[in-house]
Amino acid sequence: MRIVVDLNRCQGYAQCAFLAPDVFTMHGEEALLYNPYADDTQRENVARAAAACPVQAILVEDLEGAAGAAGHPERAEPTGVR
Amino acid sequence: MTQGSLLRKITDYANRADPYPVYAELRKTPVVQDEEGPYLVSTYWEIHGLLHDPRLSSDARNLNPQAAGALTDEEDTALPPAFLRLDPPEHDRLRRLAMTPFGPPHTPRRIHAMRGELSRIIGELIDGFANHHRIDLVDHFSYPFPVTVICRLLGVPREDEPRFHHWAETLAAGLDPAPDEDAAERRRTTQQARTELGRYLAELIEERRRAPGDDMLSALAAGHGPEGQMTQAELLSTASLLLVAGHETTVNLITNGMLTLLRNPDVLTRLRARPQLATPLVEELLRFEPPVQLLPQRTPLADIDIAGVTIPKGASVWLVLASGNRDPQRFLEPDRFDPQRKDNQHLGFGSGIHSCFGAPLARLEAQLALTELARRLDNPRLLEDPPEYRRNAVLRGPRHLPVAFDGLRGRDD
Amino acid sequence: MSGDGSLEALRRSGRIVIVGASLAGLRAAETLREEGFTGSLTLIGDEPDEPYDRPPLSKQVLLGKATADHTALPRRRALDAEWRLGVAATGLDMSARRVRLADGDEVPYDRLMITTGVRARPWPHPLEAELDGVFVLRTRQDAIALNRRLTAVPRRVLVIGAGFTGSEIASACRELGLEVTVAERGPAPLVGALGGVVGQVAAELHRAHGVDLRCGVMVTGLEGDPAGRLRRAHLSDGTALDVEVAVVSLGATRNTEWLAGSGLGAGPRGIACDAGCRAFDVRGIVTDDIFVAGDVARSPHPLFNYQFLSLEHWGNAIAQAETAAHNMINASADRRPHLWIPAFWSPQFGVNIKSVGVPSLGEEIQIAQGSLAEHRFTGVYGYQGRVIAAVTFDQAKWLEHYEHLIETAAPFPPPGTTVDRRAEGLRPVPADFPDPSLPTHGPTVTLSGYSPTDRRITLTPARA
Repeated sequence: MRIVVDLNRCQGYAQCAFLAPDVFTMHGEEALLYNPYADDTQRENVARAAAACPVQAILVEDLEGAAGAAGHPERAEPTGVR
Repeated sequence: MTQGSLLRKITDYANRADPYPVYAELRKTPVVQDEEGPYLVSTYWEIHGLLHDPRLSSDARNLNPQAAGALTDEEDTALPPAFLRLDPPEHDRLRRLAMTPFGPPHTPRRIHAMRGELSRIIGELIDGFANHHRIDLVDHFSYPFPVTVICRLLGVPREDEPRFHHWAETLAAGLDPAPDEDAAERRRTTQQARTELGRYLAELIEERRRAPGDDMLSALAAGHGPEGQMTQAELLSTASLLLVAGHETTVNLITNGMLTLLRNPDVLTRLRARPQLATPLVEELLRFEPPVQLLPQRTPLADIDIAGVTIPKGASVWLVLASGNRDPQRFLEPDRFDPQRKDNQHLGFGSGIHSCFGAPLARLEAQLALTELARRLDNPRLLEDPPEYRRNAVLRGPRHLPVAFDGLRGRDD
Repeated sequence: MSGDGSLEALRRSGRIVIVGASLAGLRAAETLREEGFTGSLTLIGDEPDEPYDRPPLSKQVLLGKATADHTALPRRRALDAEWRLGVAATGLDMSARRVRLADGDEVPYDRLMITTGVRARPWPHPLEAELDGVFVLRTRQDAIALNRRLTAVPRRVLVIGAGFTGSEIASACRELGLEVTVAERGPAPLVGALGGVVGQVAAELHRAHGVDLRCGVMVTGLEGDPAGRLRRAHLSDGTALDVEVAVVSLGATRNTEWLAGSGLGAGPRGIACDAGCRAFDVRGIVTDDIFVAGDVARSPHPLFNYQFLSLEHWGNAIAQAETAAHNMINASADRRPHLWIPAFWSPQFGVNIKSVGVPSLGEEIQIAQGSLAEHRFTGVYGYQGRVIAAVTFDQAKWLEHYEHLIETAAPFPPPGTTVDRRAEGLRPVPADFPDPSLPTHGPTVTLSGYSPTDRRITLTPARA
């Protein structure tokens, strides 16, 4: 799975680092370091992390697994609604 | 509507089962001063803005004396305020210290590692439904589950629950800004509960100091973090907060969740077929029926102009999170429960520096609990709709949730 | 193409070519498809890889928490595009509407999007730059090479330039346990981007983490052994350092050389475009068929006196690509301006640095919350009596409040008080940016005047 986090949006709530600690780690109190590539064993954790992000900053390609072919649109990139 | 007190409508028990029409009325005026004093903020962007506004304090000592009169726990000398009721830098320091044994960056795997244990507790509680065809979900599941979890996490003996149950309930009720009650009397009982809970926890912490375990109280008492230790008083305040908040809110999240599922049987069916649905479903639940409905404890340090209103320094400000979550300016079809909702930046856990400390634990608890309840209960049905609610307008949820079912599927079916 | 009929034809069966297949190019392509463009779509990129994310290269990748060849960007949707990767564009014929490629091929277009971005500014002495052990860090290949060398535990790493990238590299090296010297021409790290007040905090972070930080010096020469391996660096203060690795972090150069002589308003500061992302030609006339986005673009921004703004920002690349793509296939009445508020982040030494607005415009800074000494604070920048920017060190949750103040041109200093206001934050102090005629390394926002053409601007000589 390919992952990218919009770190302009990220405010360091660390929900992802709680829920998928093998993929997302906090570096200090607030800075997020993540692995942009996670293998399939992390699918459920990454899904939890992405859903829990309070600023919806986590974009995951092909999160639904076999249901979506590569490049299938899974979700829109988070955009400000304001 | 008439300008009858909106605040009273919120706290009016008659509106507890369905407060959302009151909120819809509130949103017609995004920021309004209630005739009883507090400023009510009910629309998403205004709430969101204020949650990130550094001019808004969470420390009740910044309220002007008139506004403070409406509150219940000022001049509470039993213990200093917990970090929930403090501003930076004290808030930040205490929250970081409390986070040290709980989550990232120092203990990133604790909650993740509890998944198995959470599932086991859930399994045992549901096994206990066997030989019943109706249960009270609150008494048999939604309450004992998070209590057991928070006891494990903190290192509080589960068998002490009858002792702290009353204190926790009193403290939770103390958050409810019910205007009709005798404020002085309430303050007295709240303070007494705080004192007694503090005394109980002090004994426990002493024990943990002598014989530390792998629990948060032991770690907090030892205070090996880079920023040292909490004082004894800070430790007691923090421990009280974690113990009370650790279950009083999750009870409602789970109960509200099951109630919502039983009202939306198609969703229940989908969750049974696809357990992954629990992840977005719980987010939607936090939007749709948030366990913390409003934050009645903020006050400006300087006049704040917002939505055409000036909230003066020292005024009491209520942020009605549950109303913001139903704001049609922010959410498409906000009154529809859509477990796969996109763009769901809800206010269920607040936002900004005071956003819920225990959110990741609450999320996991609710996701695992609802998945298993959906999977194992055969043909579950609501016996009362609406059910009987607790009095509390802030920590809102059913007091009981009688549920009937035809049978129980096995743990591994 | 004008009129609805031809716009419809463009959307249905036009040819769109995107030169530059990185973040901006990819997001532009996705936006085109998302908005219903069904014609042919070609992405041209000089790197052999499909679009990948660059920020991790100086952070997670150096720390070994991710691998350089696994930072490919997630796709938002299927693209159905033709990819011409590993082949650079070498020329543009605006009248014939063709892009020339390095392999001799020519690609015709109806609409062109230019997202060629920037490249690392190389070490200015070519022979020294060739020494084994001298690196830059911009591409995946750069990261693989640097990583390999760092894994071999060099005795000392020299980072030349303490902008964001240089500081992040120094931070990662210290975390890897390597000895690091940082040489910065300015008085402190990050001083060009955030000013001297904040730069002092950055300097403290470097030193607290064991970096041998040397400010106010330039590296005057790199010296190799007979085998061509880097052995020594000479500094302007007369000292020399034994080093095995030098990472040149002197900012970036815009990839516009391929447009020389094309008639497009392109130069060393980028390609000028209007707020709708349409490129200007050298005469200052806006084109209808060429759009620009990302690091290579410079566009006017009303919040900053309509000066042309060049932003080397991740978020800007996405936002501008989306706007450019939208405008490319919509009638003028439906077009949108690109009004992004500059924003960036940089984690270093365990601290999360974030900023909004244009700090380098700031005349004064007020430490509105927290304390410089604690390395946790929010600084607000003022320009001509209004809020122009803000920076946070580990206080990101407050930043959007200040972003709102920037958007609404709120007065500076902001009236009233806030939580966590300390004595040091009671009044603003000079932000202490260096004299702009003495450029420092890596400001990520550049105000580049009012002229849509770049012809009178002399190229700043490469500097160390």
